[in-house]
Amino acid sequence: MKKRTGKGYIINTAVIAVIIVAFAFIKSAFGGNEQFRLIIVPSLWQCCYLIILAASLNLILGFLGQLSLGHCGFMAIGAYAAALISLAFQRAGVFTEKAGPAFVLVLIGCILAAGILAALVGLLVGIPALRLKGDYLAIITLGFGMIIVNIINNIPFAGQEGLSLGSASASLYKNGLGFGTASKVTYLWVALIVTLICLTMMFMFIRSKYGRAIKAIRDDEIAASASGINTSYYKIFTFTFSAFFAGIAGALYACANATLSTSSFAFTNGGILNSTFIVVMVVLGGMGSLTGSVVSAIVMFFVNYQIKNGLWVKSLPGFLGGIFAYPMLVYAIILIAVIMFRPRGIFGTYEFSLLNFVRDIKEHRAKKALQKAGNKEAKSND
Amino acid sequence: MTESKKPVLETRNLGITFGGLKAVQDFNIQIFEGELVGLIGPNGAGKTTVFNMLTGVYLPTVGSVILNGEVLNGKKPHQVVSSGVARTFQNIRLFKQMSVIDNVKAAITKDIKYGMVDAMFRTPKFWKVEHELTEKAMDLLSIFKLEGKADQLAANLPYGQQRKLEITRALATDMRLLLLDEPAAGMNPTETAELLECINAIRDRFGISILLIEHDMSLVMNICERIQVIDYGLTIASGLPEEIAKDPKVIAAYLGE
Repeated sequence: MKKRTGKGYIINTAVIAVIIVAFAFIKSAFGGNEQFRLIIVPSLWQCCYLIILAASLNLILGFLGQLSLGHCGFMAIGAYAAALISLAFQRAGVFTEKAGPAFVLVLIGCILAAGILAALVGLLVGIPALRLKGDYLAIITLGFGMIIVNIINNIPFAGQEGLSLGSASASLYKNGLGFGTASKVTYLWVALIVTLICLTMMFMFIRSKYGRAIKAIRDDEIAASASGINTSYYKIFTFTFSAFFAGIAGALYACANATLSTSSFAFTNGGILNSTFIVVMVVLGGMGSLTGSVVSAIVMFFVNYQIKNGLWVKSLPGFLGGIFAYPMLVYAIILIAVIMFRPRGIFGTYEFSLLNFVRDIKEHRAKKALQKAGNKEAKSND
Repeated sequence: MTESKKPVLETRNLGITFGGLKAVQDFNIQIFEGELVGLIGPNGAGKTTVFNMLTGVYLPTVGSVILNGEVLNGKKPHQVVSSGVARTFQNIRLFKQMSVIDNVKAAITKDIKYGMVDAMFRTPKFWKVEHELTEKAMDLLSIFKLEGKADQLAANLPYGQQRKLEITRALATDMRLLLLDEPAAGMNPTETAELLECINAIRDRFGISILLIEHDMSLVMNICERIQVIDYGLTIASGLPEEIAKDPKVIAAYLGE
């Protein structure tokens, strides 16, 4: 069993290396392509923070088994923290252009700081909120998410006008770490590596004593505490840990967007950044499967992209076109369909890995071979 | 026989009320090292309530629970476990979506000496501890011959083995006192006999004390050294199995007058 895990680590490291090399190659090959710069790169940025967001919410929803609807609140904190800190650094003159080692350092520092700040708020929210369970927890986290957004809204140097284009203070786009088209291409590697590191950290977390403890809490909280697991500690810890990644996702969001506006994190927002949208991603991918979250984040991004920009959607006749004018309606239909036809999501609790995949194919073949042999025997008996 | 020894567990006038209902009153019990005590009574007598008070699920209204001289009142369930009391449940409560071995490993909370950093970077310390955990868990699983099913989901085990896994999980907590809540419920006579053997084997191997709730009288009369009977929250008899079997109050409680 130990050997198998060792093999798994080698394969995963190899796969990550291949991904990075492949992206480096693609970037050098298509760097000048208009479509690549204007559509594919921004899409990849969006996918990166959606993946982190979905996977981190899955820690709470799928592995800890608690319903939290305030995840976007933590993301908002991360986004604003990263943006404001980078602006402060720029005013202090640490960097002037979006280039050079000083800027990269600030960028990484901002991403980390965003995560840590979101985690701190997560801890503060988690301590009182996690005393509740089920629907009550959902309501209180929903409330906290809205409160966070409203507080940010009322901070004079951040709020409604603070970081948007044309407002009194300089916009993110030109200053701080808001990236334009060119820098998005240049710093795509940052988004990719941050996403990979976050995913790795979450996998390590799940496959350790922490993962065992929170899955035990999900399956049976009473039995977990009767087995010596300190349930409140692990719940708060996981909530904080998850908020940390939401903060990092927020920082990437701040990088990928010219302006920050609190309305994009609000619960009533019909766009992609809405706590329910992330819940749909987690449920679709499978509660309890990180690889499922990765896949469904990409799928849901694609669905959202098609609804917003797909030409075929605009050519749909009357009623159908009407539905697609309200993306929230489409997400709701997807959620209902998933719960009706595949309640455990695409992946269930299955984690995709090459080793598992090969093993399953082998098992499947062995089963088939056995069946064939059985059929033959039955025939010869006739 | 063990009067000179100090009891492992002692309760003093333990009682709990839910609103106006006195669920358990004046519950006194002493369990000595290595002893197997049975707790019986008709349905609704308050047996499981006693368990819940002993394990910190309920806070007793009056009285105290003393384990090896340490007062357990007011401790949370997981703290009670780390003081050395583990339990099983009347209706099986396993971690169903986890593998059999993870069920056991999750309950070994005492020996884990690695933190977040070790887990994130997979340090040698992490591997060493995890390896030890796996070995210990496999060792425990072999008591009930479950080692062959280590990688299965707990939910997929047959009923009898789920019971056994629950007991194994309780053993994994390194306890000194094991509380078994109707371990033979829903088992056929063969399975019950097998369970009886296993309980004896556990006692011999770990030298622990056991408090057992059970309805199966053959099991209770066979293995318990002492029996305490409660009815409507009150202790109505306690003593050796033979005495209990003849006690008119006990017969009245079970069969009516």
